[in-house]
Amino acid sequence: MASLGSIRRSFAPWADPAAKPYIRFENISKVFGTHTAVDDLSLTIYEREFFVLLGPSGCGKTTLLRMLGGFEQPTSGRVLLDGQDLRGVPPYRRPVNMMFQSYALFPHMSVEKNIAFGLKQEGMAKPQIAERVERMLKLVKLESYAKRKPHQLSGGQRQRVALARSLAKRPKVLLLDEPLGALDKKLREETQFELMDLQHELGLTFVIVTHDQEEAMTMADRIAVMDKGKLLQVATPAEIYEAPSSRFVAEFIGSINTFEGHLTEKTAGAARFRDKSGAVFNVSLGAGAADGDAVALAIRPEKMQISRERPADAVNAIDGEVWDIAYLGDMTLYNVRLDDGRIVKTSMINSRRTVEDALTWHDRAWVSFAPDAGVVLSR
Amino acid sequence: MRRHLAPILSRIVIWVPYLWLLALFLVPFFIVFKISLSQTAIAMPPYLPTIDFSEGWAAVRESVSEFSLDNYFWVFGDPLYINAYLSSLKIAAVSTVLALLIGYPLAYGMTRAPESLRSILLMMVILPFWTSFLIRIYAWIGILKPEGLLNQFLLFLGVIDQPLIILNTNTAIYIGIVYSYLPFMVLPLYAALEKMDYSLVEAAQDLGCTPLMAFWKVTFPLSLPGVLAGSMLVFIPAVGEFVVPDLLGGSETLMIGKTLWSEFFANRDWPVASAVAILLLLILVVPIVYFQRVQAKARESEV
Repeated sequence: MASLGSIRRSFAPWADPAAKPYIRFENISKVFGTHTAVDDLSLTIYEREFFVLLGPSGCGKTTLLRMLGGFEQPTSGRVLLDGQDLRGVPPYRRPVNMMFQSYALFPHMSVEKNIAFGLKQEGMAKPQIAERVERMLKLVKLESYAKRKPHQLSGGQRQRVALARSLAKRPKVLLLDEPLGALDKKLREETQFELMDLQHELGLTFVIVTHDQEEAMTMADRIAVMDKGKLLQVATPAEIYEAPSSRFVAEFIGSINTFEGHLTEKTAGAARFRDKSGAVFNVSLGAGAADGDAVALAIRPEKMQISRERPADAVNAIDGEVWDIAYLGDMTLYNVRLDDGRIVKTSMINSRRTVEDALTWHDRAWVSFAPDAGVVLSR
Repeated sequence: MRRHLAPILSRIVIWVPYLWLLALFLVPFFIVFKISLSQTAIAMPPYLPTIDFSEGWAAVRESVSEFSLDNYFWVFGDPLYINAYLSSLKIAAVSTVLALLIGYPLAYGMTRAPESLRSILLMMVILPFWTSFLIRIYAWIGILKPEGLLNQFLLFLGVIDQPLIILNTNTAIYIGIVYSYLPFMVLPLYAALEKMDYSLVEAAQDLGCTPLMAFWKVTFPLSLPGVLAGSMLVFIPAVGEFVVPDLLGGSETLMIGKTLWSEFFANRDWPVASAVAILLLLILVVPIVYFQRVQAKARESEV
């Protein structure tokens, strides 16, 4: 069977009807004054899952995370963790720990004391605390920084201390609020993989909030895309990218071309799509939209080919003028301006070092794509 | 031209505060210090020797040779002064603790109030300064005296059947000092608490602290610079306080400010009064220097 996005997952409890839900949000709403931050939302997260809440700022993702941490109480609905209703359970009695966006390291305590803080509260014996702290420091590779104060550390080191502190108590669930926001790109990419390895190693359930889609794609087992307090789609990164369920999800993740139009001549699994400029494309189609429905055809840039002449075997093709070219090294982006002024984005992997008769600005070019290259979106 | 002028100008700017301190602090200090080394006399001014530069260098030298530390020995020899110092320190210390106990919850409540309300609350803390300090202390006489507002109110409620004697006791002094200096306690505390990141408290709770423990382990230690600043701002002026003990205190209340005043005006013994003042300054320099060092340290660790 074909897998979406050239990746096959062996860990997929969400596809298993017998899997036991670990965290459940049931019809959760949260209202601040007149603003509804979370709107009648239900969501299931499974044990050992690396779950990412993704959305633009103000979409309610942080509120959702804070309700799990116990810092906000839902206006209605309930949160269950491992079968236990968390209503009225204060943060200090929840078996979850949070890594705060600002890291929230205690400035008056050394790295060591910061990590030991939660263990001391638990009443753990001193030798065990020392041992656990040492293990945590080793885990985040900060053994030689134990005596430093947070202000003597770099941003990346602080982030590691915050991570070590939130992991020290061995929580059932680790909540991370924009954990990598303050790091520069290179460090962020490194840390993403470290977090994934760590999660795998410790067998914990991670719930991460982020607005960075690349981060979400890299780390998540599943992503929940949120907007205006509602869940738009909960799926694996590949499904979110290759089979978005709505225009918002399609446009929020990566770049995409959307053609507005309607369907004609619908048959089983296929249809013709008439673009509003009059061009007709052959598209594959799942269930859903009916003949004549106004829909959008969404196609990722890398699913389209660009060529000087119309390829002889092309099913769908449209021509225009090369308007902009961006050479990124691994790939080149072409913006092609159609005759009605719309821009179509395509990209080409630079799998060869030299190209004969390469395109340049203002050349006429054809953009072609297969019937199953795009997704037909009715929402 | 401008390039040559700039360093000179910046040096002049730096000198302005120094000149200010020189003219208004150091010079008066040395004048008082000089008087403290003189002897009292029925003269104008009421002490000897006076230095008269018009009589030549030899006369000045002779005057200087008459200086002595007798007044200091006198002050140390008389338990009246020692007791006045000790009692001042005690009253100032107790007032500081009381102001802290009242001021801390006040400042904490202000920082937790909705943002729109905070500036109003801050305004209300500062508002008393719009009325003269002296008038406010006089108002307390009207409240605390046996037939005053407080007693009338308590009698009306039936809580007491005899008026309480508060005025002219140490209790009245504590009330007066705490009332007067409370804003100096609240403002630095507010500043320290307001800039604190509330997510630190959430982090403490997340790691297993009850709200009370989180306060004790995180909020309070982080507000210590504010506690120290507020305490100094209350303690230092309270030690030398004169108006409050004079107007609200009784005759048995010994405070160094009052003693100093009576040496100066009632006894007309300027040299002893000066010695008392110099010693008071020395006593207060110690906590001030300590305070400065702690502040410098706090700044260092903030970067």
